Amino acid sequence: MAIMRFYDQPVFRNPWADLEKMRREFDALFRGGGGDFPARPGATVFPALNVAEDEHAIHVRAEIPGVKAAELDIAVEGDTLTIKGERRLETGVEKCSYHRREIERGRFSRALTLPTRINPEGVKATTQNGILLITLPKAEEVKPRRIEVKSD
Amino acid sequence: MSEKEMQVYQKQEVRQAGEPTKPERYFVPAVDIYETDEAVHLLAEMPGVDRSGVEINLENDTLTIKGHKSGNGGSEERVLLREFETGHYQRRFTIAETIDQAKIVASMADGLLNLVLPKVEPAKPRRIEVQCG
Repeated sequence: MAIMRFYDQPVFRNPWADLEKMRREFDALFRGGGGDFPARPGATVFPALNVAEDEHAIHVRAEIPGVKAAELDIAVEGDTLTIKGERRLETGVEKCSYHRREIERGRFSRALTLPTRINPEGVKATTQNGILLITLPKAEEVKPRRIEVKSD
Repeated sequence: MSEKEMQVYQKQEVRQAGEPTKPERYFVPAVDIYETDEAVHLLAEMPGVDRSGVEINLENDTLTIKGHKSGNGGSEERVLLREFETGHYQRRFTIAETIDQAKIVASMADGLLNLVLPKVEPAKPRRIEVQCG
């Protein structure tokens, strides 16, 4: 099996990353493209991931066209999410000549350090039209809590 | 297959001839094209596109495939990491072989478009007997 690799840079620990993110958010704001960010280049480990959060959960999305749900192996261990799988595309013909061959086949594995603690019981993963969506509900202790202000 | 780890395919944006007026983005899908004696097969990566979003057009020798992505992620979400961009897909090919347009078959599964373009059967040589009068 291939050695599992994390993202090249510690994404959530770098204090400059927040500034960089803010700059990109501003850029996206002025571009007016429906809030679409430019992707950060340099991700080399398949699959490329988009990670977003809301109040209750972290959403991890990956584009994995041609990968069957049965070929995927997703695990959460502590604060690490691992996605493993294999893409097999059989042509079903023996004798053929290729004009283009751009779609890669083979095994992949990727690990991601989650930014907050999650509740491993409620993790859900679905694939739809070649997009994998993993929803990781946040642990109760990290969810935002409203504090009522009382006056005497 | 091999033990080599798969690499991320960096999406390329389509360079359109005309200037787009909508803030939509089009990307070039990765494809496999292979040919057998009977047909030309095309496989295209179009994650996020469902069956109704595919548009295939063969005009003269130019084959155009288009994929319209349906729906976007939740808008209430705050982005933490963004490694790929989303958008529609479009790509154009010139096909040298003569294709039987009526018999083109397309299917879509797991974000992968599978297109079979059957070749026109070659015209059979016909011998014409010259008869004596």
